[in-house]
Amino acid sequence: MNEKKEPLLRAENIHISFGGLKALNDVSLEIYPGEIMAIIGPNGAGKTTMLNIINGFYKQDEGRIIFEGKKRSKKMKPNRIAAQGIARTFQNLALFRGMSALGNIMMGRTMKMHANIFSQALYWRFSQKEEIEHRKAVEHIIDFLQIQNIRRTPASTLPYGLQKRVELGRALAAEPKLLLLDEPMAGMNLEEKEDIARYVLDANEELGYTIALIEHDMGVVMDICDRIVVLDFGNKIAEGTPEEIKSNQKVIKAYLGEAEN
Amino acid sequence: MFYRECSNFKDSYASDMAIFPIPLDRWGFIFMLFMAFVVVPLFTSEYFITNIIIPFYCFALAAFGLNVLAGYAGQISIGHAAFMAVGAYASFNLYGRLGLPLVPSILGGGLISAAVGTIFGLPSLRIKGFYLAISTLASQFIIEWVIVHWKWVSGGVFGTIEAPKMFLFGFIPLDTAVKKYYLTLCLMTVLMTFGKNLVRGQLGRNWMAIRDVDFAAEIIGVNLYRDKLIAFAVSTFYAGVAGALICFTYVGAANIEEFNVMVSFAMMGMIIVGGLGTVLGSFLGAGFFVMLPIGINQFLGSFMDVVPADILANIESILFGGLIVFFLIVEPYGMARLWHTIKDKMRLWPFPY
Amino acid sequence: MTFFFEVLVTGLMVGIMYSLVALGFVLIFKASEVFNMAQGAMSLFAGLALVGFLDQYLQLPLWLALLCTVAVMTIWAYAIVFIVLKPLVARPPLMLFMATFGVAYLMEGIGQSIYGTQAKGLNLGIPDTPIVIGGIFMSTFDLFFTGVAAILVIGLVWFFQKTRTGRALRAVSDDHEAALSVGIPLLKAWTITWIVAGVVATVAGVAWGTRLGVQFSLTYIALKSLPVLIIGGLDSIPGAIIAGLIVGAGENLGEVFIGPYVGGGIQTFFPYLLALIVLYFRPYGLFGKEIIERV
Repeated sequence: MNEKKEPLLRAENIHISFGGLKALNDVSLEIYPGEIMAIIGPNGAGKTTMLNIINGFYKQDEGRIIFEGKKRSKKMKPNRIAAQGIARTFQNLALFRGMSALGNIMMGRTMKMHANIFSQALYWRFSQKEEIEHRKAVEHIIDFLQIQNIRRTPASTLPYGLQKRVELGRALAAEPKLLLLDEPMAGMNLEEKEDIARYVLDANEELGYTIALIEHDMGVVMDICDRIVVLDFGNKIAEGTPEEIKSNQKVIKAYLGEAEN
Repeated sequence: MFYRECSNFKDSYASDMAIFPIPLDRWGFIFMLFMAFVVVPLFTSEYFITNIIIPFYCFALAAFGLNVLAGYAGQISIGHAAFMAVGAYASFNLYGRLGLPLVPSILGGGLISAAVGTIFGLPSLRIKGFYLAISTLASQFIIEWVIVHWKWVSGGVFGTIEAPKMFLFGFIPLDTAVKKYYLTLCLMTVLMTFGKNLVRGQLGRNWMAIRDVDFAAEIIGVNLYRDKLIAFAVSTFYAGVAGALICFTYVGAANIEEFNVMVSFAMMGMIIVGGLGTVLGSFLGAGFFVMLPIGINQFLGSFMDVVPADILANIESILFGGLIVFFLIVEPYGMARLWHTIKDKMRLWPFPY
Repeated sequence: MTFFFEVLVTGLMVGIMYSLVALGFVLIFKASEVFNMAQGAMSLFAGLALVGFLDQYLQLPLWLALLCTVAVMTIWAYAIVFIVLKPLVARPPLMLFMATFGVAYLMEGIGQSIYGTQAKGLNLGIPDTPIVIGGIFMSTFDLFFTGVAAILVIGLVWFFQKTRTGRALRAVSDDHEAALSVGIPLLKAWTITWIVAGVVATVAGVAWGTRLGVQFSLTYIALKSLPVLIIGGLDSIPGAIIAGLIVGAGENLGEVFIGPYVGGGIQTFFPYLLALIVLYFRPYGLFGKEIIERV
């Protein structure tokens, strides 16, 4: 359905291996603007590795990444890639534990703040204005995620579910063109999952973010995603709408194994 | 009981983001400034000012510098005293040889120290953790050697230069303890205010992010290289200014032994005991470090007539070491956190929660 | 040319001594991922204690005094592990590192309170006369300690590779939690490592103490072996040995052949400069284990 649109990000023939282990083998995928795309697959399929390549944390051995129609140089540092408009969350929380929830989300704005060191030291006027302006933006996100009451709480003391939410807030604060979520619902109970699913949907529908996510809970994936890419042992085995994936024999085989005879 | 957030509603982000959002804190700070600017110079002895308060301010600056690097940006430096030496010698030469005015000389010493510090910060782009900590120790030994062997800088035997006579703005002689005190106090207040603004602003947040999870910081858009180097520059700037001030106002000479590796280690101890990653902790740690020998001396002095220097030094190092261990175990964020815990309790007093 | 070799050999012998101190660091780093800033203080304390047993307080025979010194270092090991490290088990390594700072201060303070601050001579009765081997002058004294250091180094390698305890310790160093889960008690492993490190510190303290006198500056010996440590890699035993030899030879050759042109005293910083250069090309030292980051 999105075939006519130009993809926001296109990964072409990505190969990467770690010490002889082929983590990704000739994987190509596209992410179209405005969609929620899911990458699924059994453990060790290379899903997180794919995200790591998309946001530049790993460099692919072969293949190329095209973002907004431009080929990305392999030498580009992750912070430059972030500046192009890709933000993400992590599978095993990577919050800044020594900072408050507010501070963590403010970090999402770091690329948008331009006061130089001298004006920051003075604080007065320019830097203060900038801080306040971004604080307002961050407060919108805090409202959106309904975490007003934990603003000042140190991130390290928050319960797991809220930490995940703060991390989502940090990524949202960057106002990325492409938002990557690595298992945003892992380890949550049903209620928390529903909350996060709603935030993801709202972020997509109300705020217009393009989202690529990894998730193991098939129910959630089938419900909220527009398109699904399935990886298995570093290979892409299927791609399509949730309905197509549900009935795909290869996918069923990868997840359940082959029936004898 | 008056230390409350209740009924203290904030109607703008500006007031919520002030340095001291709670009125009593603000009054407390003003009281401290009043003490420092009026009470101390008027009502205390010259001995007290020269031997306790001036070194306290200087070490607070230096400790804050190290805190920026180790406490905020998470880059341990165990050779920080060397940068104090760079600041001291640089400012002496700027003032004595090149004839710059006094305050620009001191700040210039800080800038030169920052330049040297940035160079020694370059390894931090590639190496981390303990490897980095040890490579910062390299700065200590390399700088010491260069200063001692570069006669033009160190001015002669054993790297000692006497302080030239000091004039502020070219004609006000800085000859009494009180005048020197005001010079130190003014510089310290201004620089600490700037420092506080830096660490609570975006740069400070970037530093803390690098400290906590460096890859996540990079992925959210922090330029690790730039911000680590800025941390080194800022940190060594403060160390340099502190070194210059110590030599001008406290020791009266620049002497390399004043900045040996033991001082570097002591500074590390200061920020641990005072509080890693807090401005208040830099003050508390420095105060503790300066007061400790004097306190022990007073205490022992009530039992014996003359306290031998070696016993004093030994007790000092036992107490200092014991407290480092104590704080790391019981309160890893030092005295500053203790103070915050007390304040948090007071906020809600008399209710426990 | 003979002169060159003399300088080289002397350097190598000093290098072995650096290796010895560096080994103390490596042992503790491998077992507990703590970088032990108290290693120098341990050497100082061991030296002081030995002098105390030997002639300051008691006139014990040498073997008994050495035994008593090792016993004292064992008590320290227990105290450090159970009082300082045990409460810090789950904390980040940097906290443990800072705690060893505190331990260093404590040991220096306590040691000098008991034994005094003045420098003490330590005479083990080894003649310090030069002998000639293959046309090269060598000090018997250096030769003796080179031998002791070499034996100790071989012994440690054997201990870690071949004995059951040694293997358990290596398991702990590879993965704390996994080691705990297969029933290796962490604290016991730590205690053993700290005792071994205490023995190494004793040998280093005695060796350097006889050479320079037992005094506060012994703590600097540990600082001098830090560059050795990072050149070799923080967690590599062979690395510590090879890097020690490189640094010993390098600084001695540098001092003799380059020193006169730049005003001498380059021994104080040359190893560090070398370490910085090595780190630039190999951020984990020559033999250190590279840490691969995962998300």
